[in-house]
Amino acid sequence: MMGACHENYIEFMHAYLDGDIQPEQEQELKNHLKSCEACQAHMHELSDVVAFMKSAQPVTAPPDLTANIMASLPKRNVTAGPQSWFRRYPIVTAAAVFLVFMSAMFFGNFSDDQQFAFTKADNIIVEGDTVIVPEGEVIQGDFMVRNGDIRVDGAIEGNLTVINGQILNEKEIGNNEPLASTAVVTGEIEEIDRVFDWLWFKIKSGYQGLEDWITGDEKSE
Amino acid sequence: MDAIVNKRIKQVLNGNQDAYTEIVDLYQARLYQVCYRMLGNKHEAEDITQEAFLRAFINLHSFDQKRKFSTWIFRIATNLCIDRIRKKKPDYHLDAQVPGTDGLDMYSQIAASEELPVEQLEKMEMQERIQYEISRLPDKYRSVIVLKYMEELPLQEISEILDLPLGTVKTRIHRGREALRKQMSQLPVTEVGGKR
Ligand SMILES: [Zn+2]
Repeated sequence: MMGACHENYIEFMHAYLDGDIQPEQEQELKNHLKSCEACQAHMHELSDVVAFMKSAQPVTAPPDLTANIMASLPKRNVTAGPQSWFRRYPIVTAAAVFLVFMSAMFFGNFSDDQQFAFTKADNIIVEGDTVIVPEGEVIQGDFMVRNGDIRVDGAIEGNLTVINGQILNEKEIGNNEPLASTAVVTGEIEEIDRVFDWLWFKIKSGYQGLEDWITGDEKSE
Repeated sequence: MDAIVNKRIKQVLNGNQDAYTEIVDLYQARLYQVCYRMLGNKHEAEDITQEAFLRAFINLHSFDQKRKFSTWIFRIATNLCIDRIRKKKPDYHLDAQVPGTDGLDMYSQIAASEELPVEQLEKMEMQERIQYEISRLPDKYRSVIVLKYMEELPLQEISEILDLPLGTVKTRIHRGREALRKQMSQLPVTEVGGKR
């Protein structure tokens, strides 16, 4: 182990390697290295470490990395959904559409689908056909609104799906208003406006989670 | 370049998701490189790079456009890497100092215990050896060493990425170099294959 008097010189060595040594310190270091073998060896080893690290060759990223990243982003585009689904799985989708149309369950649900409904939650307010997530309230989990609008003054920690309705404080996005002042939704936002999109949504979601819905009538009781 | 990036960011914030492609293209290679050096695993590097761009996308509205986007995305990525490294460690009190080891914490003890025998080191290729030595560094030294020597970033930028005072960055680089020196004194660099 090197003595304490050499510790200063080791500091100088590092300053030298980082290129921020004062000229007088550099001179002092050089003079010391001439007479001290231990420090000379230390300096040599440190220079080797630097040369070694700098000889690292660049690592090549996988060629499809950008595409994979873009595919991982949450989608906001309403029409892109069914279109790309069709393009990728034309036969499967056609078969699924056929099956859903044929299923009595679908027709049974379809009339219910005209009603204002939303996911059960305690901390929301309902005014007419609008669901309001009040300021300071946070909905944990996914939230859906059907045949009505939603205003998110608080936050939704999950995906928001709006079917045949709109997010009322969303139009500020796209102007110069900061996004942070509008609806806070940490997951994906999906707005579904047409019957066809709704159908696609049902195929995609496999009917899951729809049982938890309540209608506007139940809530206002 | 920052002007173009800021223009694309505005487009993304206005709902044009495709504008993000160009941003991703600009930085993905560098980000992947840093993640790979930090984690030493291609699959995880890809995973974390993807996660970093996703988080940046979701939080893009909170990005201060007066700053450099590269600094911000590097920060997201290095934080994710450090989280990943810590999760991989066994679940005991890692920051506890080990008695009689001159301030070394449990991290460095684990790294030291993973030391390979000299015969195995001698057979290693130069590039493999570099990654091995980086992987043995405690994570707080690893991030500064990777950013300085693999990315060749100025100390000021490293300090912004890691959100550390410049003095702390310098100290960590010094200690990182000393740690590498000690690790490698077992088998000096000049003996590694002579492939320089
Ligand atoms: Zn000396």
